[in-house]
Amino acid sequence: MEIPMIYYIVISLVMFFAGVYGFITRKNMLMMLISIELMLNAVDINFAVFNRFLFPEQMEGMIFSIFAIAIAAAETAIAIAIIINIYRHIRNIDADKLDDMKY
Amino acid sequence: MELLPLAQQVIFYLLAIVIVVCSILAVTTRRILRAATYLLFVLLSTAGIYFMLDYTFLGSVQIAVYAGGILVLFVFSILLTSKPGECTDEKDKKHRLLGLIAAIAGAAVSAYALLTYKWPESITHEAQSINDIGHALIGMDKFQYLLPFEAVSVLLLACIIAAIMIARKR
Repeated sequence: MEIPMIYYIVISLVMFFAGVYGFITRKNMLMMLISIELMLNAVDINFAVFNRFLFPEQMEGMIFSIFAIAIAAAETAIAIAIIINIYRHIRNIDADKLDDMKY
Repeated sequence: MELLPLAQQVIFYLLAIVIVVCSILAVTTRRILRAATYLLFVLLSTAGIYFMLDYTFLGSVQIAVYAGGILVLFVFSILLTSKPGECTDEKDKKHRLLGLIAAIAGAAVSAYALLTYKWPESITHEAQSINDIGHALIGMDKFQYLLPFEAVSVLLLACIIAAIMIARKR
């Protein structure tokens, strides 16, 4: 374990704020979803790193990461279903074109 | 992981470079299919980080669920909703500047807080076996997680049904 903990955290910091940038600047909903995945992934790394370096005899962080991955999968599946449904209705998935509802 | 210190450092820096470069490219590239490919590299390198931290089970879950499942979903939905080679447009200059400022300011504040905080001494400990993980996931004592495990299984079932309900043809 020669590599200090802060190196891992800096990597996940860069990943998280790349996700923030993408989420703010993109119109395409799939690109926004990709940015969300980046942010979730950065948080998972943080959980695993804190668990490994600060409380290595327990495994709360790792279990939390596993559940976070499962929930991220569920969230992505639902979001993609919604996006495809929107595409079927208005032939476009840009977030700023979504200004009409069904009723 | 039983690696030489030098080999460990080389692998770590390789993974770090791949993660940093690909995560920035994933949010700045105009082609959405390329963004998904860069995301794949980021997710695989994250699995490599988990392997370096001795969390082999977590790394395998990351590869199986993220790189194997979610990425396939992404690629299919990208191909369904955009023509190949089509560029997605970004928001206007004002929004891009705003996003850049928000990201850099947030990163600066977080980096300042992280780098000036005095972290407690890190402890080394041998890796947990897969037996311990299994007992922790389906046990009912303290620090065991049967209830969240079952809740996630119900959530996944609900998610399957909801995805079919939303995306079916009417």
